[in-house]
Amino acid sequence: MSGSSARDAVIGRVRSSLGVNGTDDAARREAVASRLRDHPENLVPERGRTSGDSRIELFTRMLEGQSATISFAGKPAEIPGIVADFLRDNNLPAEFRSGSDPLIRDVPWDEAPALTRHTGRGQGNDAVSLSRASAAAAETGTLFLASGAENPTTLNFLPDTHIVVIREKDIMGSYEDAWNALRGTYGEGNMPRTVNLVSGPSRTADIDQIIVMGAHGPRRLHVILLK
Amino acid sequence: MKPTSHDFKSNAAHALEDEPLRRALSGIKHGFVANRARARENLPEFEQLRDEAKAIKEHTLAHLDLYLEAYEEKVVSSGGHVHWAATADDAQAAILDICRKAGARTVTKGKSMVGEEIAINDHLEQNGITPVETDLGEYLIQLRKEPPSHIIAPAIHLTREQVEEDFRRTHTGLPKDRVLDEPDQLVAEARSILREKFLSADVGITGANLLIAETGTSVIVTNEGNGDLTQCLPRIHIVIASIEKTVPTLEDAMTILRVLARSATGQEFSTYTTFSTGPKRPDDPDGPEEYHVVLLDNGRTEMLGGEFHDMLRCIRCGACMNHCPVYGAVGGHAYGWVYPGPMGAVLTPSLIGIDEAGHLPNASTFCGRCEAVCPMRIPLPKMMRHWREREYEKGNTPPRYKLGLKLWAYAARRPKLYRALTGLAMPVLARLGKRKGRFSSLPLAGGWTRHRDLPSPQGKTFQQLWRERKGRP
Repeated sequence: MSGSSARDAVIGRVRSSLGVNGTDDAARREAVASRLRDHPENLVPERGRTSGDSRIELFTRMLEGQSATISFAGKPAEIPGIVADFLRDNNLPAEFRSGSDPLIRDVPWDEAPALTRHTGRGQGNDAVSLSRASAAAAETGTLFLASGAENPTTLNFLPDTHIVVIREKDIMGSYEDAWNALRGTYGEGNMPRTVNLVSGPSRTADIDQIIVMGAHGPRRLHVILLK
Repeated sequence: MKPTSHDFKSNAAHALEDEPLRRALSGIKHGFVANRARARENLPEFEQLRDEAKAIKEHTLAHLDLYLEAYEEKVVSSGGHVHWAATADDAQAAILDICRKAGARTVTKGKSMVGEEIAINDHLEQNGITPVETDLGEYLIQLRKEPPSHIIAPAIHLTREQVEEDFRRTHTGLPKDRVLDEPDQLVAEARSILREKFLSADVGITGANLLIAETGTSVIVTNEGNGDLTQCLPRIHIVIASIEKTVPTLEDAMTILRVLARSATGQEFSTYTTFSTGPKRPDDPDGPEEYHVVLLDNGRTEMLGGEFHDMLRCIRCGACMNHCPVYGAVGGHAYGWVYPGPMGAVLTPSLIGIDEAGHLPNASTFCGRCEAVCPMRIPLPKMMRHWREREYEKGNTPPRYKLGLKLWAYAARRPKLYRALTGLAMPVLARLGKRKGRFSSLPLAGGWTRHRDLPSPQGKTFQQLWRERKGRP
């Protein structure tokens, strides 16, 4: 069975198991339509309701708890130096690949002349990538990376080392606040192709239940927090 | 896969003798169990979140027809395709059809329990398409042609030594004298081999932890990032998910995700939680050109509204098996099919029938830990009891058990007789067992004494002691 007949059969069995018929439907339809339209907030843990400096402190602490590292940039012009230092400190080549997100494009990369920037989607042998997170949730130190013309998803997973820039004002307390920020960009009920919620570098514990970094995705995650 | 659940008893007996398995399972207590306890400690609202997560699923199930329709509409409007599958065969056919139309030769796969349920790998292989599991644990068991033994740690039954052996046996192109003594060396080898597979696959298949009706989005949760490379590199992304994965909104998804990782691995949040909606957009530099969702029923609609309805809330975290003394002793393979542990003991009979899986609901001491830790508060012991009742009613219970139960029920319903019999038996047993303090064999108690001694009673019944002490301990 396939196509619309399979669909009707499944939906029909759901309805008969639930014991619903045409007469109940108006109230049920309204309950569903209003929930989808209003998407009411459920319980948000207290820690997701922090603001100001304590939110940044929580975000930093949670990120580090997940084996990510973090640097702070007072202005965009400091980013090239931070990237160059990070790569040197980790014995990595002075080159990386990024998308064309304006936040990254407009960084004065000449500040670090030794640094080579490639653009475009991720390649299988990229060592380092740089992405922009459009939002973050401090409650678990989770970055929200939205795909789009200027933000390739492959950069988040193929390279060994992933560097992510986020503006301080894009760091929210809770996941809900982060989604609301994205709803502001894409519109209610709409999503970009992919939103990656990233909390630390790739890991596995599939052998002897011992955690090893860099299972398939990046072995290192470094976050640059831009004031 | 062909189930061996009917052989649970001999499967379990073999498992108890399996030394590497014993070593592998011994890590659960200090790993998953301790980590979950810590994560729960760190979030004061955890218990309330469990209540809310349960309520969200109940609301969704009560309106499942409408949420499925809303979900489908959003998938289609974002450029994706929905394929409805009433049975496992239908789902296999739908997936094969998509792969054939794409001329696919290799398929990468993220970890999917529904994929195991419909045995999609076997079906693709039989039709000349090579499926490659990319979750490390799934890859390890694919090399061994074994089913998963745990729903979130499929290779938990294996030791490092076994993995090394398998890699040397199957990765034949690599130097024979390479060092594979540490987990990180094994992970690095798997990473480089699978990286090639990711880059050359024609189709990527993932499961879904959640389907969001508000946006037509499928959500996967991984720590490795394999599910992401599976879906962002090939030309086609197929999601295989069962209908009860649906939730209304992003907010509802987040409430469930808040309890999922904490209950599963004890992480605050999994490393990668990925929200996928439709195919790549016109200007996107990467992502799949086609996005398909295969929506599977396979018995769920029959569970809906019935005795096993609560099981549809399950979010596949594995907490029940991590905390189960029976699972901890015999591991997952003894259960003989895809879903092990307490959740498997309830779900498996629903999906493959009580005749095949009748032993599984008996594989429980009814200690209740599974229900106590279940983030969705599923009354697992109660439902195992329902299955035992059904099995009894169907007449699948062996005659000797029936006779024993009847005799016990006869006495238990007559308090005077019960007291007289036990009052007589206890002193006799106490005297017989006095010298050793235990019995190494006893008529009618062979099932117990075959594996361990039975402590001898002290001379009085529980009820006599209770009366003497007037209920004081």
